[in-house]
Amino acid sequence: MSTTSEPLRLITRDDVAPLAAGAAVFGTGGGGAVHTVQLSVETSIERFGPVRLMQVSELGPDDAVILLSGIGAPSVGIEMLGASAQVHTLIAEVERIIERPVTAVMAAEIGGSNGVSPVGWAASLGVAVLDADGMGRAFPKSTMISMNVAGLASEFAVMGDVVGNVSVLRTLDMAWLERHARAFTVAAGGIAIGAHYLLTAETAPGAVIEGTVTRAIEVGRRLLASTDPVADMADELAADVLVGGKVIDIERLTEGGFTRGSVTIQGIGTDRGRLLRVEIQNENLVVIEDGEIIVSVPDLITIVDTETGEAISTELLRFGQRVSVLAWACDPLWRTERGLELAGPDAFGYDLEYVPFTPRTEAVR
Amino acid sequence: MSARDLSVGIDVGGTNTDAVVLDDDGRVIAWTKQATTVDVTGGIRAALAAVLADIGTRRHDVSRVMLGTTHATNAIVRRRDLGRVAVIRLGAPASTDFPPLAGWPVELRDTILAGSLLAGGGHLVDGYPISSLDVDGIRRFLDEHTGTADAVAVCGIFSPSFPDQELEVASLVREHLGPDIPVSLSHEVGALGLLERENATVLNAALYRVAREVTEALLVAVADERLDADTFFAQNDGTLMAVEYAARYPVLTIGSGPANSIRGAARLSGAENAIVVDVGGTTSDLGVLVDRFPRESTLPREIGGVRTNFRMPDILSLGVGGGTIVDLANGVPLSDSVGHRISEEALVFGGGTATLTDAAAAAEPGVIAGRSLPSLDKATRGALIEALAIARDRIESAVERMSLGRTNLPLVVVGGGGFLVPDRISGASDVLRPERGNVANAVGAAIALAGGRADHMGDYADRLDAIEAASRQAIERAIQAGADPRTVEVVDVLETPVSYATRPTLKVSVKAAGPLARIERTDTPAPPVSYSTKGNS
Repeated sequence: MSTTSEPLRLITRDDVAPLAAGAAVFGTGGGGAVHTVQLSVETSIERFGPVRLMQVSELGPDDAVILLSGIGAPSVGIEMLGASAQVHTLIAEVERIIERPVTAVMAAEIGGSNGVSPVGWAASLGVAVLDADGMGRAFPKSTMISMNVAGLASEFAVMGDVVGNVSVLRTLDMAWLERHARAFTVAAGGIAIGAHYLLTAETAPGAVIEGTVTRAIEVGRRLLASTDPVADMADELAADVLVGGKVIDIERLTEGGFTRGSVTIQGIGTDRGRLLRVEIQNENLVVIEDGEIIVSVPDLITIVDTETGEAISTELLRFGQRVSVLAWACDPLWRTERGLELAGPDAFGYDLEYVPFTPRTEAVR
Repeated sequence: MSARDLSVGIDVGGTNTDAVVLDDDGRVIAWTKQATTVDVTGGIRAALAAVLADIGTRRHDVSRVMLGTTHATNAIVRRRDLGRVAVIRLGAPASTDFPPLAGWPVELRDTILAGSLLAGGGHLVDGYPISSLDVDGIRRFLDEHTGTADAVAVCGIFSPSFPDQELEVASLVREHLGPDIPVSLSHEVGALGLLERENATVLNAALYRVAREVTEALLVAVADERLDADTFFAQNDGTLMAVEYAARYPVLTIGSGPANSIRGAARLSGAENAIVVDVGGTTSDLGVLVDRFPRESTLPREIGGVRTNFRMPDILSLGVGGGTIVDLANGVPLSDSVGHRISEEALVFGGGTATLTDAAAAAEPGVIAGRSLPSLDKATRGALIEALAIARDRIESAVERMSLGRTNLPLVVVGGGGFLVPDRISGASDVLRPERGNVANAVGAAIALAGGRADHMGDYADRLDAIEAASRQAIERAIQAGADPRTVEVVDVLETPVSYATRPTLKVSVKAAGPLARIERTDTPAPPVSYSTKGNS
């Protein structure tokens, strides 16, 4: 792993492309495409100026942080794009509830488009972005979030649509929130944004995964500047390159808002003769070789283009692509009993025992 | 009365303008390669004149002239002859985060954009209105842009499923700016994907002048030759459109070259399903023919730095061509090519640069007819042969990649550098080298079908109705483009489920295509020079 640099203080327009590239890597195949959102965040920073990136340790007694994320169907998301007033309406409602100003926003998940868009919203709102997120990757359900692992409840959630409708949800738990948020999203025309989990200087430490915005930008910068992208990504992420090969089979189907399926990769070059299967439910979840599980969720699995090192999201996987599969360890929080209960193999319906992934390269380090 | 059964195909490429004459059985009875001229039109005229001179009196049997051209691409890439466009998007307050033309190269945006309006209007995925159509706002905007805008582009959220509002705005525009103002409507230009469709619609509007010029250029060339022929333009998916359609949708001509090359190669070789490689001087372009059509790319395509969602042929371009320079010290092909200077610079032509053509000549003497390499030392010869092996390896792995694992497809080799492709390729059942492969793209233009496409979003429960509605519209568009109503058929149905919808929802995309309506010999003689277009009934 590269030496950890000083955390960023300010996110400028030039940081958006690396952030998007890095967020795609942490998206582990899901989290939504980053291109359109990159465009809106760049436009937003051009209009409103750079965004302050705040560390958890910098939170003061007056700070109020709220999570922001988008929810919805990607096929609708490319057509019905967001409204600039949408996030303002949402935050105004949050402030009415908490009776003080929101001073920073945080990404629910750093992986995919949801890791990028909060920066644009922060620019437009004139608030900071917390250098942290709730997953350290992408997950498909709102229950799969670090605050839930830490036992922190979200007392309310606010949802908003493109025309300005706002709904305040007070649900018994995250599972109910997931259900009601989906219903709202359907009524909103298939896409909405939501704010939940109010965090403060007291509650945030230990309940969020810190430093992930800086990490995503670092990873993206290294990727975009690299001449040997796969090796550099492996080094940057402390990941193993499980296989270098080509996609020889893809199975995909959409059910209940999830894309399920698998992709089979045949080794080429030094990996000739090997065959790996990656199981997918929105994100890449399990890697199997010779009937044996090599890596499984919550550890991270990303399929990258062998030539460019760019992460390939599930919907863009295609037969014949030359790809490399990278795997690396998740945040320790997900390896706790509660973490695995919420986002381990069981939570996705896999009947398998989770074995923490240890990169082969770690022994050498 | 004999059938007027000859077709002329013309393809304008970066270097050459090719033309062919095909008889009813698809045989090439005349062909030519002329230099592409700066004004493009000159090359078209020269090519047409050359093939007509070759067929003598049979010129009277030419009933169709099809043109694949780079006019529109050139105009965008060179930022020339572009009109100023007033852009109206329907859907506010949705999409206000993304102003029209965001992400465009600045100078292109400055050249094209006369002004933009995000007006109330548009629909949710299920057809519920986002807001009511802001007629007054649109009127005010049009008043402000009277005289400053040459054309208008209109793009509504979910208009491919619900086109009525765009049509209503088109009438408003004509009421305000006159009946002759060119108006481009997004539901007629592209598929779902707001920004990409809007970009394509704006480009289309900006190209109105180019459209007029290019359609006139073809009509004049045909009229000058006193041909009594219908004229068509090739479009990006390998189908044709009638000239009046091309005048309205010039943006659809972009990318027709590769599509023509794939279909032409298929016709010349007789294959319906095949992998096609066109080996030129600088690159080898691979495509796949699936049931007579080029396989389409699923990735967004950029035109002159602008992202669009056109369906373009899935092309894999390798930096391997006849003119590719060989690094003799290391025995590897470089990324540079001598390009069209190959006949002066390659060793086999007496020049001083080692190229892949020389490598092929070293491996198999006689590959370049009438030419042989000067005597080479052992190291040079070895380096050339090593470089050739690497180039062939790249082509082989590209073929494998395009074949999607099927090994029963033949590989059709066309283009001047075809000798770089070995006779046996793993991943292909056979290697076919059709005669006249050097003008495959013009052949492709001459044999293209007329096609149309339509998208529809509907309830999953009404799946068949959605397919029916999209099919009807696609067929209508194919006929509009010149297809024979008796033989036009649906050739492709793509279904995509949509999550987070009120009810299970499905996006259906249908393509219809058919042979052009056939023309019998008329008793009236060829008309004098006239620029008007003719119908196809």
